[in-house]
Amino acid sequence: MTIKYNNVYLKDVSTIACQNEKIGNFGKLYDKTYDDYYAGEKTFEQAEIKIIEESVNIALTKSKLQLNDIDALIGADLLNQITPSAYASKDLKVPFLGTYNACASMCEEFIIGGSLLQNKEVSNVLLNVSSHNMTAERQYRNPVEYGCPKPKRATFTVTGSATAIITKEKTNIKVSSVSIGTTTDLGVTDVYDMGSVMAPAAAKTIYEHLNDTNSKPEDYDLIMTGDLGVYGKEILKKYMKEAYDINLDEKLEDAGSIIYDRKNQEEVKAGGSGPACLALVSYTDVINKMRNGNLKKVLLVATGALMSPTMNNQKLSIPSIAHAVCLEVVK
Amino acid sequence: MNKERYKEITNEIVPEEDKVKNGFTAFLVGGLVGLLGQIIVVVLENNFNVAHKDATSIMIVFLIFVASLCTALGFFDNLVSKAKAGLIVPITGFAHAMTSAMLDYKKEGFVTGIGANAFKLTGSVILYGVVSAYIFGLVRYLFFGG
Repeated sequence: MTIKYNNVYLKDVSTIACQNEKIGNFGKLYDKTYDDYYAGEKTFEQAEIKIIEESVNIALTKSKLQLNDIDALIGADLLNQITPSAYASKDLKVPFLGTYNACASMCEEFIIGGSLLQNKEVSNVLLNVSSHNMTAERQYRNPVEYGCPKPKRATFTVTGSATAIITKEKTNIKVSSVSIGTTTDLGVTDVYDMGSVMAPAAAKTIYEHLNDTNSKPEDYDLIMTGDLGVYGKEILKKYMKEAYDINLDEKLEDAGSIIYDRKNQEEVKAGGSGPACLALVSYTDVINKMRNGNLKKVLLVATGALMSPTMNNQKLSIPSIAHAVCLEVVK
Repeated sequence: MNKERYKEITNEIVPEEDKVKNGFTAFLVGGLVGLLGQIIVVVLENNFNVAHKDATSIMIVFLIFVASLCTALGFFDNLVSKAKAGLIVPITGFAHAMTSAMLDYKKEGFVTGIGANAFKLTGSVILYGVVSAYIFGLVRYLFFGG
């Protein structure tokens, strides 16, 4: 399902990250970084709320907008009841929508936000995603001090928050189309192997997007998936070729595979993950390259594993979803 | 694509763990923890005149204390992620699992946080430990005369 927009533009973006991302490949590009997981707060959850608020405020400052100018705030994170976003929205006092599609939330927000902008009452929408390694680890896996040994295929939840402001007012970067993905399940039950869980969802969404827009991978300068990790990326390439006969080789990059300096940061294993992963990479490196003219047309494919520890204990396999957003440089 | 073919693809790409290396590390570290325990027992027996039964209990308490302390000081998790089963299987792992769960929930209060979640990871160890102790005790009593 692909929707084309003619009046949705990206106004500005902001990013906040923590110590592990700071020493990663894009460490210097983030608007603000913290040196510990607490960000000056008492608990990890409160730290996540804080970085959401700060990221929203930085985005507003950068775009010279006030909170009054924002017609809606869409927030997403990984926690139960979308807690950090909901609590952050309490202090921001703007109309708030909470969304959850795990790590695919970033593109889901573009879909909802872009559709909201089709109404004459709405002119600016704030899209925020956040994730926190410690809060996610605590909720989905083991206590954080446990240090459970991770296999090579595991990914490392990114700690950070990223905000994008989309608007009707024309800017250099246009959100030209979005694709809503369908939930996919190919029977993977391994909670550490999110790359294998999500690769088929990403493949399906990319295939449908290309089909709906009558385009080929060559038409894009970059197709960037969210957090498949290094092995998931290879699986996607192979799967894409076998299932849809599409060759992504040159164009495909995965935000999770490049956000960290994997050689020197062994603890991240196969790469980064979390809703903020794709956002931190695309709102820094990708947007910069688009503004510099190095990239003209980019397809962002946020991939999410709709994992629930409860269902996993009930022996069900993990479903996954991917949504796509096409960004284009316009004159 | 069916699930079977997909499984083949993922198996081809996703790397195997170094079972030999992990096993060797666990063997070595676990062995060192065992050696440490044995040294404590021998020292207590020979130098402090403690009976063997009491010496082993004191040794266990000591290892639990050291592991919990290291967890609380915040570096035992790094050791566990390197030594893996070498530190998880001995009594140090049990202590660490309990302390880490309690640390995790300390901000949520003594009763609703620490109390409710202390046995989050170790609850099953205790439950099935007690159940199997009953079964083996019963077998021993009935068939081997106690």
